[in-house]
Amino acid sequence: MIWKLNGLKVAGIGAAMLFALPALGAECIAPADPGGGWDFTCREVGRLLSEEKLVDGNVQVTNMPGGVGAVAWANVASKRADDPELIVATSTVGVTQIAQGKYPSDIGTMRWLAMLGADVGIIAVAKDSPYESLDQLLEALKADPASVVTSGSTGAGGWDHIRLMMLAQAAGIEDLTGIRWVQFDGGGPAVTQMMGGQVQVVSADLGEIKGFVESGDIRVLAVLSDQPVSAFPDLPTAKSQGYDVTGYNWRGFYTGGDVSDEDYQAWVDKLQKLYESDGWQETARSSGLEPIWRGGQEFADYVAQQEKEMADISRRIGVIQ
Amino acid sequence: MDILNSLWAGFAVAALPINLALIVGGCFAGTLIGALPGLGPVNGVAILIPLTFAFGLDATSSMILLSAVYYGCMYGGRISAILLNIPGDEPAIMTTLDGFPMARKGQAADALAISGVASFIGATLATIGLTLFAPLLAKAAIYFGPADYFALYVMAFATIGGITGSDPRKTLLAALLGLMLGTVGLDPSTGVARYTFGSFNLYDGFDPIVALVGLFAISEILFFLEARAHGGGLVPKGSVFPRFSRIREGLGASFRGSIIGFIAGILPGAGASLGAVMSYSFEKRISDKGTFGKGDPRGVAAPEAGNNAASGGALIPMLTLGVPGSGTTAVMLAMLISLNIQPGPLLFQRSPDLVWGLVAALYLANFVLLVLNLPLIGLFTRVLGLPAWGLMPLVVAISYLGVYAITHAAFDLMVMVGFGILGFVLRKLDFSLVPVVLGLLLGMDMENNLRRALSISGGDFLILLQSPIALAIYALTAAFLALSLWLSRRRMMPIPETED
Repeated sequence: MIWKLNGLKVAGIGAAMLFALPALGAECIAPADPGGGWDFTCREVGRLLSEEKLVDGNVQVTNMPGGVGAVAWANVASKRADDPELIVATSTVGVTQIAQGKYPSDIGTMRWLAMLGADVGIIAVAKDSPYESLDQLLEALKADPASVVTSGSTGAGGWDHIRLMMLAQAAGIEDLTGIRWVQFDGGGPAVTQMMGGQVQVVSADLGEIKGFVESGDIRVLAVLSDQPVSAFPDLPTAKSQGYDVTGYNWRGFYTGGDVSDEDYQAWVDKLQKLYESDGWQETARSSGLEPIWRGGQEFADYVAQQEKEMADISRRIGVIQ
Repeated sequence: MDILNSLWAGFAVAALPINLALIVGGCFAGTLIGALPGLGPVNGVAILIPLTFAFGLDATSSMILLSAVYYGCMYGGRISAILLNIPGDEPAIMTTLDGFPMARKGQAADALAISGVASFIGATLATIGLTLFAPLLAKAAIYFGPADYFALYVMAFATIGGITGSDPRKTLLAALLGLMLGTVGLDPSTGVARYTFGSFNLYDGFDPIVALVGLFAISEILFFLEARAHGGGLVPKGSVFPRFSRIREGLGASFRGSIIGFIAGILPGAGASLGAVMSYSFEKRISDKGTFGKGDPRGVAAPEAGNNAASGGALIPMLTLGVPGSGTTAVMLAMLISLNIQPGPLLFQRSPDLVWGLVAALYLANFVLLVLNLPLIGLFTRVLGLPAWGLMPLVVAISYLGVYAITHAAFDLMVMVGFGILGFVLRKLDFSLVPVVLGLLLGMDMENNLRRALSISGGDFLILLQSPIALAIYALTAAFLALSLWLSRRRMMPIPETED
């Protein structure tokens, strides 16, 4: 009998501990599986918010994958629109989806808090690839769009795909829809599939596949930034090779549409303090992000503007009518 | 020799008092998390990450803690599968097939001991494989393309027909039902909504763990209520001490299951559930004498060795390439990045302390888990001695809490109850629930890989047959099916004489 009681007690205390933890304090939803860019944003920012004592206790990270963020969007819109403790990680990728009408509602549904930095897009091939330069790759695509299989971590019409299409368009390739595109569950899996010879080109964020750039397993043909990135100054920009294309992927947050002005402003202030901390500046740089701040109304306007541009690009490459 | 030297240095790291304490604590917490229906290794690891920050642990200690929890969960999942017919997490589904029938025969202690030893063998073999061949295996695994993964899933589904005791047609029908349920939600490659009927709640699709808890735990309770109404009782308690002679019966199956599970684990995109399914169906094909599904020790040993070996195998792509082989390793990778360790091909060279400390910790964790689990068998089997009026409400409470802790959505509680009713009806009709969950769990990955293969080929289905790896898998599948047909025909002969 004593044993039974003890067993029950152990189970009870264990269960209580497990379920009590998630209930504490702020929560960040990463609208993707663990391990990707959004997950990284939530975990890093969550860790720093707690380290800088900007929130009480720890920030709980919830992964809510599906529909390139649409699932989390729908969930917040329908269930947690007024939750002042909740922030949701998003990025240029999410705005692309909204611009193409692939989210259940438009950008006005949510309140846009801030962006803290941007990842830079790269175009990479395997180290033993015949393509030595961006020119060579784009020439091959021009001669026969179906001759090279390209890939990335978004579906067709997603940001990884659009960045590549922008380059192809800049190179004067007409048959954009003839270029083969394969979606993988992240930059890492895309690169390993390229190393295994399944696909020839990966379009991804630098931060996601930094390890492979350092190890020399892949050759970066172009980084899609105005200036060479600080962590890898030797990688050539697309601009320096005569293609006027940039592809930043900013990282930021939104919160529910019914959150009060005070709570909204409180989050913006907290995130700004976080942005200015040494911890964030260091974390951002070491993971390949360029720290860039836009917050509050300025950020909301920026998102609205980008959504409009994005819809234009998508129309031009035939993703939407 | 290099490897042995590195491993020796790793043991020096793992044997630090703080790390030893984390191993023991992690193993115990993991076993508990794994045993609770709904909570599995992904949640266990994710829940503990804030703790590692709060304690200010360094990267090596954090990884050791999380890996101990990960291995612990794999041990723990079997406990509720055997005792209550409710798998603690997805990879433990296969363990219900023979584990619960053993408990029903009063052999719960035997089943727990057999599966504990099988888990130990599986995890240890996988850790040895990880130690000796990690870089080599990772290089081989990257040559697995979408067409090859598709072939692997075809193999899994082709062998599902024979895994349960009931009519193979019913098993296939149940798997199809699972596949159908798996298509609900937003399509990952295009974002198009399928079968959501305009409801945002269904955009996620059905989470396999919610379906699993509903199908197994809730339907079990419905059955209990009905049985009580008819004056039935719980399973007999039986002996609380395992008989060591029975453990021997599962040894061969453990070794075979370990190898199959390990291979499934190495491939990013396969994983522990697939490892357990393949191990069980292989074991059943080669050694079933009509006893599988009725409480055969080998049917407990094979899937447990398989899913533990797969967990060890999944660490290989994580450590050597920085690519997750499972949901749990994905969380662990994210944590490494938070701690300023860049996972990727250079991890072995740049952070040898971390990698080898972790590998050494895995060996220690295995011993701790075995030592922890065998004496606890007596305690666990006492759960069966609890009065049903106490046990069943506890199971309901844990199911609700577990599902809500994972999904944070009341809607998913309704989904869970819905699946519970579905499970009750299906079991009344003599359908096995295992293939339903497998269809749901594996169907999505199968579809994704098919579509990736077709994107590469520009829509040409021939790509599925152009890879030598895929062809080899199809050949193996065909041989497998032929073998089982031949075996079952041979088995059919003497049965009419012995029965009646």
